[in-house]
Amino acid sequence: MDDLLSEFLTETSESLSTLDVALVNLEQNPNDREILQNIFRLVHTIKGTCGFLGLPRLEQVAHSAENVLGKFRDGELEVNAEAVTLILTSIDRIKSILSHLEQNETEPEGNDQDLIVRLNAMAEGKAAPAAAPPPPPKAAAAPPPKAEPEPMPEPEPEPEPAAKAAPEPDHEEHGASTPASPSTLPATTEAKAPAGAAAEAKESAVAAQTIRVNVELLENLMTLVSELVLTRNQLLQMVRGRDDSEFSAPLQRLSHITTDLQEGVMKTRMQPIGNAWAKLPRIVRDLSVETGKKIDLQMLGAETELDRQVLELIKDPLTHMVRNSADHGLEGVEERRKAGKTEVGKVVLNAYHEGGHIIIEVSDDGRGLNTKRIRAKAVQNGLASEAELDAMTDSQIHQFIFKAGFSTAEKVTSVSGRGVGMDVVRTNIEKIGGTIEMKSVEGRGSTFVIKIPLTLAIVSALIVECGGERFAIPQISVLELVRTTGTSENGIEMINNAPVLRLRDRLLPLVSLKKLLRLGDDDDLSKRETFIVVTQVGTYTFGIIVDRVFDTEEIVVKPVTPILRNITMFSGNTILGDGSVIMILDPNGIAAATGEMAMGTGQTAEATAARDLHGQEKTSLLVFRAGGEDLKAVPLALVARLEEIDIGTIEHSHGKPVTQYRGHLMPLIMVNGACTMKDKGRQPLLVFSDRDHTMGLVVDEIVDIVEDVLKVELTVEQPGIIGTAVIANKATDVIDAGYYLTQAFGDWFGAAEEASFGDRSVAKRVLLVDDSLFFRNLLTPLLSVAGFDVTAVESVDKALQLREAGASFDIIISDIEMPGMNGFQFAEAVRGDARWMTTPMIALSSHATEKDFERGRKVGFNDYVAKFDRDALLQTLAQTATHGGMA
Amino acid sequence: MNQLVPAGKRALQDLSTETQDYVTMFIDGQMFGIPVLTVQDVLGPQKITRIPLSPPEVAGSLNLRGRIVTAIDVRKRLGLSARSEKSTSMSVVVDMSGELYSLMVDQVGEVLSLKSAAFERNPPTLDPVWRDFSAGIYRLDGKLLVVLDVARLLDFGKGEGV
Repeated sequence: MDDLLSEFLTETSESLSTLDVALVNLEQNPNDREILQNIFRLVHTIKGTCGFLGLPRLEQVAHSAENVLGKFRDGELEVNAEAVTLILTSIDRIKSILSHLEQNETEPEGNDQDLIVRLNAMAEGKAAPAAAPPPPPKAAAAPPPKAEPEPMPEPEPEPEPAAKAAPEPDHEEHGASTPASPSTLPATTEAKAPAGAAAEAKESAVAAQTIRVNVELLENLMTLVSELVLTRNQLLQMVRGRDDSEFSAPLQRLSHITTDLQEGVMKTRMQPIGNAWAKLPRIVRDLSVETGKKIDLQMLGAETELDRQVLELIKDPLTHMVRNSADHGLEGVEERRKAGKTEVGKVVLNAYHEGGHIIIEVSDDGRGLNTKRIRAKAVQNGLASEAELDAMTDSQIHQFIFKAGFSTAEKVTSVSGRGVGMDVVRTNIEKIGGTIEMKSVEGRGSTFVIKIPLTLAIVSALIVECGGERFAIPQISVLELVRTTGTSENGIEMINNAPVLRLRDRLLPLVSLKKLLRLGDDDDLSKRETFIVVTQVGTYTFGIIVDRVFDTEEIVVKPVTPILRNITMFSGNTILGDGSVIMILDPNGIAAATGEMAMGTGQTAEATAARDLHGQEKTSLLVFRAGGEDLKAVPLALVARLEEIDIGTIEHSHGKPVTQYRGHLMPLIMVNGACTMKDKGRQPLLVFSDRDHTMGLVVDEIVDIVEDVLKVELTVEQPGIIGTAVIANKATDVIDAGYYLTQAFGDWFGAAEEASFGDRSVAKRVLLVDDSLFFRNLLTPLLSVAGFDVTAVESVDKALQLREAGASFDIIISDIEMPGMNGFQFAEAVRGDARWMTTPMIALSSHATEKDFERGRKVGFNDYVAKFDRDALLQTLAQTATHGGMA
Repeated sequence: MNQLVPAGKRALQDLSTETQDYVTMFIDGQMFGIPVLTVQDVLGPQKITRIPLSPPEVAGSLNLRGRIVTAIDVRKRLGLSARSEKSTSMSVVVDMSGELYSLMVDQVGEVLSLKSAAFERNPPTLDPVWRDFSAGIYRLDGKLLVVLDVARLLDFGKGEGV
């Protein structure tokens, strides 16, 4: 049977039994407006649904009955026994049609003209014609008894979701208390004969298939089960390690049953997410009419189930986001056509399970976020100053849309632009322990990714120890665990007392939990064994330093006592399996306490992974002093490690200082030759590392690590220095790491490549297009050393001028983001002209995601390399050069 | 969950009636009392989890039959010196608007029925901290009983608590 139909039948038979009672009540209290209102509403609903499902007979009867009821309600007709009887008769008729419907899925033949005529006559105020002598009212009022223990005569294979939430809890009470009338059979006399007794039995069959249960009852059950699970865990912990315990067998059983029970109760609360989406097609349709846009709403994974509590809480945020995407995100038909897109804009909703969480993506292929307008609005609202904004990446600026009162819609439409928007979405999602992330590319669309837990009642948490106390960290925000010891590859490094960790080529800011919670001082972090819980809050990733990590445990989150609510570090507390109370850490609070706004003014993973040097993007720079008071700086990304070595360990080989470092000899190079080594004590070093080579750059003092826009303003003709830039408001010399690297090892960049090039007599000619002076200066020597003949230009225009001038190259390396023509356009221009058409092109960018790669490939790049990934670049160059040579 | 005990207020308002039952407890030799109906449990020494960053008077939290109870060090709350390490402490568990709190005291005594005639307002010379937490004084034979105002005692929202 059609789902819709069976749902309709269930619902209607419930309504009808309510109606029977209500009508009898009405007869006794004809002036009770509330009852009347209720009856009217019920009949109206039946009518409406019938019309929707295409059941004309039912609809007509219901319609006529509604007319009469309407008159009652408006006081135009008096409620009397006769009228009530007529209505009851209609209801019986509806019942009989329903039972036929249930059996045959179609309305029975015939018509109800007789009944309708009488109803209409009644409605028109004519004294009811004596045409049909009404049956004894009581008899008619009697519904067939809903005998509870009635065995299901014909179990319908219709597994209605048991958790159909009952919005009006009083329904079931009515249903249950329906008085079984003593005289039942006469009731059906009015009904058409064939619908007789069989139908009666059938009717209860559907009604008995599902029951409406008060949501509160389910909630209570869930709480109880949660407690049971905890107690079970507690017992298991007590018995653990005692193999011979006589309890183990029964406990095992108890454990299984508890798990099953937990799953069962969870299931009663599970609903497909499609339920929350049901309204969306309509909303989008209306929007598309209103705005004249063509919108294609695609909903994937509607069957993904999640806890109804969670479902309720994300319903509104989701609706809001889809509206936003359709209203703000998608462009009008005309605009889309101009942008070279299909006229129909796409909004895609996608839901799926991933590792105990539900991921919901809302994406559109519209215009993306307008960074400029967000900036303007942020300034206007006083959320940030121009200067602060200048220092932010686009994705950081985008985060502003999650701030309260932030709407960039130029005009307030009926759907969006009222400024209560994404902040509410974010708050709602975070309230249920979820996270929301956003990616947006101007002109290409936006994607919001919501990650929410399956259920709120029980969460999985990582138990850690710090300062002798144990704490729980919700698993949802934990990305990974890192163990560090004094001797391990990835030690904790300190920058002026701020601990950081190098983790897969990016710098992870660390927070010492001990310090944060004032549990004592956290000294010699770099020496002893510690654990780092890598945590993500929004787009901000950071590490929490803890002493020990235990396992994960299922916990029931309980709110903290009111007197402790002002401590933002904790989101709740819970009782562990061993019976002890433990505080649950709130990653949001910790992120906020570290000075980072939780909404991710922090670096996004991508931005950290590959820092872009040009434009207004910030670069992490290591500032140090060497040979004088002048400040010097080097991009932090180039530095492998910061070390302090004992002067005594410095030896000399061929007159040059070396030291033994991790089992290898490491040459030590003086900055600028002017720097001198200390006589005693410890010598700070910047360690540059690459494959087998490690080099130590001797410095006097490491000053700081700053994030700033790197803009080299003065260039100097001095080897080893790229130029002078203003860093953290001080003039600072930016050193050329490449220069020192080649000093240490002549073959620093070349060794590996030499083999692959084979014949180096003919140097490959490379064209390097990059608007960043720093980068050109960094790459040019590097590539030269590797055996390439490099020509560097700062813009696409210059490059194309070279083409006009007849220059030819073996390989073109181009940056992507450049003022004027960007890399993609450059590639198109190159590929669109015969001269350089076959020259291999390598794209160089900080945004080396799969998508960019795809795009790059489409427009004609042969390969795509992340900036600062020296190895990859050289390797790619080598490959491209050989392949290009062969081609 | 078990909602066993009516809120503390009611019991306090009934001070004027004939007699009133108080659970007595001792801190630093001083006798205190709280209305018996506000008391949910009397506990011996418990394993308490410290709560970092909490006000100093909050000793931590403990597990009472599956419910989390916040332990308040009444000594500290009253501005008295910390208890010596060795001495064990007892606690009186009270319910305050649905939350459970355990008041840590030196010792818990018997329940006394006190005549309202013996009740007096706080003497104006009482230490301001104490005046805040005391609902009045009972004159007993040979000693005085300070009635603790549990609601004020647990109100960390204002004043010196934070």
